[in-house]
Amino acid sequence: MSLLVNGLTARYGDQVILSDLSLASLPRGEVTSLVGPNGAGKSTLLRAIAGLASASGQVRLDDLSLDRMSIAERARHVAYMPQTLPANVALTVLETVIAALEASPSAVGGDAAVRAMAALERVGATPLALKRLDRLSGGQRQIAALAQAIVREPRVLLLDEPTSALDLRHQLEVLSLAKAYARETDAVVVLVLHDLQAAARVSDHVVVLANGRVRVEGPPSEAITPTTLADVWQVRARVEACAQGQIQVMVDAVL
Amino acid sequence: MLMRRVPNMTMTTAPTIDAILHEHRRLRVRRHALLVALAIACLAAIALDVATGPSAMSPWKIVTGLINPGSLSPSEAAIVWQIRLPYALTAVLVGACLALSGAEMQTVLDNPLASPFTLGVSSAASFGASLAIVLGLGVPFLPSDAIVALNAFVFAFGSVLLLQAMARARRGGVQSIVLFGIAMVFAFNALTALVQFVASQEALQQLVFWTMGSLSRASWRSVAVLAAVLALAAPFSWVAARALTALRLGEDRAASAGVDVARLRFFSMLRASLLSATAVAFVGVVGFVGLVGPHIARLLVGEDHRLFLPASVLSGALLMSLASAASKTMVPGALLPVGVVTAVIGVPAFLFLIFKSGARG
Repeated sequence: MSLLVNGLTARYGDQVILSDLSLASLPRGEVTSLVGPNGAGKSTLLRAIAGLASASGQVRLDDLSLDRMSIAERARHVAYMPQTLPANVALTVLETVIAALEASPSAVGGDAAVRAMAALERVGATPLALKRLDRLSGGQRQIAALAQAIVREPRVLLLDEPTSALDLRHQLEVLSLAKAYARETDAVVVLVLHDLQAAARVSDHVVVLANGRVRVEGPPSEAITPTTLADVWQVRARVEACAQGQIQVMVDAVL
Repeated sequence: MLMRRVPNMTMTTAPTIDAILHEHRRLRVRRHALLVALAIACLAAIALDVATGPSAMSPWKIVTGLINPGSLSPSEAAIVWQIRLPYALTAVLVGACLALSGAEMQTVLDNPLASPFTLGVSSAASFGASLAIVLGLGVPFLPSDAIVALNAFVFAFGSVLLLQAMARARRGGVQSIVLFGIAMVFAFNALTALVQFVASQEALQQLVFWTMGSLSRASWRSVAVLAAVLALAAPFSWVAARALTALRLGEDRAASAGVDVARLRFFSMLRASLLSATAVAFVGVVGFVGLVGPHIARLLVGEDHRLFLPASVLSGALLMSLASAASKTMVPGALLPVGVVTAVIGVPAFLFLIFKSGARG
């Protein structure tokens, strides 16, 4: 029971962004982080899994071929949260979650408003429900966006840099929500992250990408090592477990 | 819900889910009531428009004349049935078409400044009409004003197809469509100026009147065509309403929720161009309604398109109907070009709404 990515190739014009990329199977109920330097192809990989970037290759969830599905059909299984946040939208937070739920005819039954409220409750954002989206802070909009993504109860949840605009507290909150979603709904959650420490903290599995290829993947302690940091990011760094067992990355110099 | 609750981020006391849902439903009821109020205002504006005019007929007489045409003298009947009524109905239909067109354009192009006017549709129509007027184009069995309207339509519709084709060729996003539209405004305005430069005195006069926007060519034919186009386009807009609302959350988010964005955008622009091209073909350039109608609607009912699209239609219709009535009364004895009037009453109304909403925020 897992998400399989096999032989993905994506181009932008003449430039190859992902080249014949395959990942170890990503089990349900677990969180995977995609990390790597700028331009490594992290976001493209995430968009390709979501079906938003055109790519050749296989994306399968259990026995379903996601890569052969129509947009509407795929939306029943996969949700993608982009990096950018919408601005100037004259909708309440609750209305945006309803809009995400009702966007395509495949929307499943039940009272949309009730289901949308359940999603907002799940991310701890009930007090924001009736506020206009464009009157919220960046962190609050990100939480609202998370509710928009999970309202269809996707089995694959893809979040592109979900913490980039957030302060420390909101970062931890979003990451723990993502992890809890994976555990409780048995979903495959894939995150693109820049912060290696955060990736180590939240992930069961870390994929390090560079130049459209997988450099190394595995549990955080195996993927995030001084060798990887030197090899992929060109920095000299130490990776140590703190007293509570969390991985700490300390960068000493640029190589 | 199984999940561990995350502490609420912003508030100390959280309202209950039921209270929130209740408030949400109340808000929707209030917005539906606003739609009904807009519709009533539209009907009142049409009545006012029909009752307004240079020949002094009492409103009562007009009402009885509409119910019982026999009660009017032949000349009064002609005024009511051949002038007042088709003018008034053309006005509301033009307003409705332009505002629906502008509303869809603003959403699919993600630009609050998008409208048939700002994207060059009106300019293209002007150029088409100018060519027909100056060259004296003629087709057997068709009256000359129909040729002008038809040519305006062909250019307006063609301009949007060109816009779409260019955007596709560049594989650019919505911003490139807006930029192409602005380029088109300048290109067609320059071409129209060129045509004006070589036009005869008589053609020039006709042409200037056309570019100012005027209801003086309104007839039952224009009413029928406009009503038919609106009736054709509006149901498709309605079907697309939910997808359009989702598109407000951003292209990727909408696509991830199951919306085929490219398809939605193509058909939405097609509807918008059909609506606006038909409207400008009959009345010429009316610049403000397609832009402001949707903004008024947005301020009144928000952007759930199941409410926003009908509210745009009604706001545009109301604005245009009031402009039509005002065009007959602002200067006694003269019928002002309605395009001038829409700007004169539209701009202050727009500014008022902006400041009011700003104050609330």
